[in-house]
Amino acid sequence: MASNGKPPLALVDARLLDPASGRDEKGGLLAIEGRIVEVGPWVNGEGLPADAEVIRCAGHCLAPGLVDMRVQLREPGEEHMETIASGASAAAAGGVTGMVCLPNTDPIIDDVAAVEFVARRARETRLAKVYCYAAVTKALEGRDLVEMGLLAESGALAFTDGLKAVADAQVMRRALAYARAFGRRIIQHPEEPRLAEGGMMNSGELATRLGLAGIPAAAEVMMIERDLHLVAMTGASYHVAHISTAGAVEVIRGAKARGLPVTCDTQPAYFTLNETAVGDYRTFAKLSPPLRSEEDRWAVAAAVADGTIDCVASDHAPYDQESKRVPFAHAAAGIIGLETLLPLTLELHHKGQARLIDVLRRVTSAPADLLGLPQGRLAKGAPADLLLFDLDRPGRIDVDRLHSKSKNSPFDGHPIQGRVLRSIVDGRTVFAAEA
Amino acid sequence: MSAAPALRFRHRHLLGIQGLSEDEIVALLDLSETYVAFNRSAEKKRELLAGRTLINLFFENSTRTRTSFELAGKRLGGDVINMQAATSSIKKGETLIDTAMTLNAMHPDVLVVRHPDSGAVNLLSQKVSCAVINGGDGSHEHPTQALLDALTIRRRRGRLQGLLVAICGDILHSRVARSNIHLLTTMGARVRVIAPPTLLPSAIDRLGVEIFYDMRRGLKDCDIVMMLRLQTERMQGAYVPSIREYFHFYGLDREKLAEARPDALIMHPGPMNRGVEIDSEVADDIDRSLIREQVEMGVAVRMACLDLLTRKLRANEDGAQGNGNGEQR
Repeated sequence: MASNGKPPLALVDARLLDPASGRDEKGGLLAIEGRIVEVGPWVNGEGLPADAEVIRCAGHCLAPGLVDMRVQLREPGEEHMETIASGASAAAAGGVTGMVCLPNTDPIIDDVAAVEFVARRARETRLAKVYCYAAVTKALEGRDLVEMGLLAESGALAFTDGLKAVADAQVMRRALAYARAFGRRIIQHPEEPRLAEGGMMNSGELATRLGLAGIPAAAEVMMIERDLHLVAMTGASYHVAHISTAGAVEVIRGAKARGLPVTCDTQPAYFTLNETAVGDYRTFAKLSPPLRSEEDRWAVAAAVADGTIDCVASDHAPYDQESKRVPFAHAAAGIIGLETLLPLTLELHHKGQARLIDVLRRVTSAPADLLGLPQGRLAKGAPADLLLFDLDRPGRIDVDRLHSKSKNSPFDGHPIQGRVLRSIVDGRTVFAAEA
Repeated sequence: MSAAPALRFRHRHLLGIQGLSEDEIVALLDLSETYVAFNRSAEKKRELLAGRTLINLFFENSTRTRTSFELAGKRLGGDVINMQAATSSIKKGETLIDTAMTLNAMHPDVLVVRHPDSGAVNLLSQKVSCAVINGGDGSHEHPTQALLDALTIRRRRGRLQGLLVAICGDILHSRVARSNIHLLTTMGARVRVIAPPTLLPSAIDRLGVEIFYDMRRGLKDCDIVMMLRLQTERMQGAYVPSIREYFHFYGLDREKLAEARPDALIMHPGPMNRGVEIDSEVADDIDRSLIREQVEMGVAVRMACLDLLTRKLRANEDGAQGNGNGEQR
């Protein structure tokens, strides 16, 4: 282990927030050799190992580091937009200590060598932990299954065709069935591609006024409904990425009530913004799926609060200026999110829509459990991947101060409450805010 | 040159009808009216835009609109340059914004832009320091077409308020329809849209129009019938099953027109697909068809737009002792 000689780390005088156990109390945490060895109110300044580094938290919140279950890092292939190193640095600044990247790189992550490349680059950066998904189908073409067994063995946490839906029902059926043998989920981008074809924003009055082709909410809902039949047939675990509609929330709520092995996530934009953010053709507000109506936004927020939506991911999608400074129809869809995930998710708590411990669960233990990762909890034996944050400090998002190589965010100037003070990976501080 | 009345026009560009007030529309139409008379006189040259440069930047083919703007600019004494995107650097991968910056560096006074993408003209207008007129962007807006339609109607009927106007055809893809809906509803006309559901955008009723799928019922008691062009590639199965079926249900012929008021007038932004959306007999009926008159009004309206948008610029320079090229703002 590289942790030879690394002193023990103690964080004391903190508000311990552990969604996995429901713990919310004053106390401290001791980590040795990168693992949590003690946590609780009894960990205070006394009786610590003599060589321990002691951090006094002044009552601020100590939670598990965020586990971001969907990011795009653009390496290999488009390193001018983001690299694994720049993405990991953005993650550390955002309190994200573990993240999973999509396979839509160049080359595509559909073989063992690509998975190992990501793992090696992530080890070299020594910031946030970086995992990856592998494609469901070779070259993301929607036809032939990848070597799921070998990829799972080499570390692919789940399978997804990323920004593309697995559209063919037979392919999806076989993917679900086959992945089951290896205990991996299939993650679907829920959009019926033909119904969404050519669409640029949510269908409705605003799209009509702007003369932009619309993507109906039904495109999302019907893809999920189709897949749920296949899930019932195969018994396989199925995860729906970035839910954006009230209809999808309803369908998943029903499926969960029937006991189907289905989970889902969303990203903060879908419970923070609605389609009006597109305004006068703002390409920074172009997402896939598109920002929806106010009713949809409200339903997504409520589903995050009540747990119908299991996880919140950043959906970090870095794009350079050239991808966004073009007519709306040609602009890339997606926004960066690693450094805005925490404050935007906390907004649900500050607005009184959700309990603090619940919103934290969506970005820590829930995604970790879903992907079979040991972190995401303040528990003895768990990796010391931690996040210390000031819950209440007000500020504004300033994209120029973000660490990501790309600056495509619709949240520039957005008022926020909550700030990352320190990010810790395996007991090692990877980010500390200036005082 | 006669001192023009002080107009309340708050905009630096003309990007769309949405956002214009009733007063602003009336001001534009009144000013256009003076140019109609002017254009009919033998001497059709003014010096209003002397020394000014107008660039027609067209990313989409157009003969009618481009010629109309070109004539308008020249009759006002400006220097007019036409740029067709197919022959310019756009094809070589230069972005829209690069093109805008390049042209801007040449200090034009007015840019007229047509582009196949909705919002492209808005984007370009944010990057240049001259006035921009939207010559049609995607399915978004075509403001000068709506203004010339309104001028045509007003001259025949004396008003817009209270008229019942039917807009028929491919509303889904039509910028002309959207601009006309905004203008006519702002001016207090009642607007109906008539089309098969596949050619209607979602929530179009939220723009304050009534929807009809049955053309005969939709035309009942209408004062004005505006036909829209249907692109051939959209008629062969994608949006409607066939030309034959489309003409049968949505083509304007004598029989369907009989449902409208006996003095109902027919308009079309051109170019027409005879036998697809309109029957030749109807299109050429000199008592009913305003199609040629629309073209005439087009030049007058575009002169008024150029006049109005450069007015602020001219006023600034008069005050600052004419310091050469467009250092406005």
